[in-house]
Amino acid sequence: MNAPLLRALLPGVLAILVRRGADFVAAEDAVQDALIEALRVWPAGAPQDPKGWLVTVAWRRFLDATRADAARRRREDLAEEEPAPGPASAMDDTLQLYFLCAHPSLTPSSAVALTLRAVGGLTTRQIAEAYLVPETTMAQRISRAKRTVSGVRFDQPGDVTTVLRVLYLVFNEGYSGDVDLAAEALRLTRQLATAIDHPEVAGLLALMLLHHSRRGTRMAPDGSLIPLAAQDRKQWDTALIAEGVAILQAALARDKLGEFQAQAAIAALHADATTAEETDWVQIVEWYDELLAITNSPVVRLNRAVAVGEADGARAGLAALTEVDASLPRHTAVAAYLYERDGDLVTAARLYATAAGQATNLAERDHLMKQAARLNALR
Amino acid sequence: MAKYLLLKHYRGAPAPANDVPMDQWTPDEISAHMQYMRDWSAKLEKTGEYVDGQALAPQGTWVRYDGEGRPPVTDGPFAETKDLIAGWMIIDVDSYERAVELAGDLSAAPGKDGKPIHEWLELRPFLELPPTVTE
Repeated sequence: MNAPLLRALLPGVLAILVRRGADFVAAEDAVQDALIEALRVWPAGAPQDPKGWLVTVAWRRFLDATRADAARRRREDLAEEEPAPGPASAMDDTLQLYFLCAHPSLTPSSAVALTLRAVGGLTTRQIAEAYLVPETTMAQRISRAKRTVSGVRFDQPGDVTTVLRVLYLVFNEGYSGDVDLAAEALRLTRQLATAIDHPEVAGLLALMLLHHSRRGTRMAPDGSLIPLAAQDRKQWDTALIAEGVAILQAALARDKLGEFQAQAAIAALHADATTAEETDWVQIVEWYDELLAITNSPVVRLNRAVAVGEADGARAGLAALTEVDASLPRHTAVAAYLYERDGDLVTAARLYATAAGQATNLAERDHLMKQAARLNALR
Repeated sequence: MAKYLLLKHYRGAPAPANDVPMDQWTPDEISAHMQYMRDWSAKLEKTGEYVDGQALAPQGTWVRYDGEGRPPVTDGPFAETKDLIAGWMIIDVDSYERAVELAGDLSAAPGKDGKPIHEWLELRPFLELPPTVTE
């Protein structure tokens, strides 16, 4: 059994411990211990019933850890009872765990960290490496998050949109360390989609699949950005695209549009074009209009201006850009692109250089600076 | 989630409100100042927002390449550098507002007469990794 398969069992194991009466903080620690033990001993021979094995080991760890406590007597009573898992299904348990780890009382970074550990089964060290912070910092962040939600009743219904926001954050945050956060977010969203039937969960899953299909083409070996129009579309993963499109179509057929379905629809239209020139920008603009009606987000307005520029010409794009908040990080970069398309290379070069100075990430900064240099070299 | 660098300057920052050089504080006032900064770091370790903190000696040397086969050229140390970094803190927080709040806390470190220095700290965002979803 490989590590991702093993980790998929953990939410259910944790839920069983909590239902048996273990508090969330101690139960989560015990499950992590059981995971580490499993990774150590299973290579020599995996048990017949992996989940049962994990429950037994985690429960024993939980009892060991709490036996020394002042509450020893009470917990030994619990141990004697050893109640069977509750009547609720494993799917419900998994869902409850997602809700708990994305609880609105948590800050986004805490919810992300707790979700990756308690639902994803990543170790604190792996999460710390992925987010480039010291392990002690991540340990504190997680234990604070656990304490924050420890009073929340486990069977309390949650809001699935808070869970989706956390998973989207994990997916979108880039990648570092030995854990592929985008792949992990995709795995957790897939798992969520089997636990709950919801069009926006399907929408987010489709969005992730469609973006993940381009994963290998978004960056050159040296780490520099390759924009969508220049990506090698033959390298896009057609299996992921087909799966994403099928999931999206089924979700859209239910006529309960949400922001993730709309975003996925835009990604699907890009995936559908075998060359950049074949992109159906008119339909993409229509989806941005839908997305704008749902979110009223300035970032969506900015991306819509790019699409308008492609659909109706650079002048139309620049006109659309005047309706966008100019303080947005990528506003100047979009203006530069549209001016270049309109043939005003001097303005475009100047704006590209300005945009490079405003970029919030290194790859984008370098990319924009190269665009400025490319245009300046033409003069 | 975003990382910020908090830069403390020996020189080069605008003058603080409580602008008395440290050598004219009492030893206890210096200890209190140092303790305040340690407490600030410890608090951030507990909240899971601490990344790093280091202090720098004021002596710096300029170094540059001087061509193939030659040793690098050095210049300095300069006593009169206009901008002199004293040290840094790196934090990992949920928002710019939180970074400003924490910088404000650190700037309240006590100086002469135990009163806050109101020291100006330079807050600089790290360049991040590019996002996955860009369109």
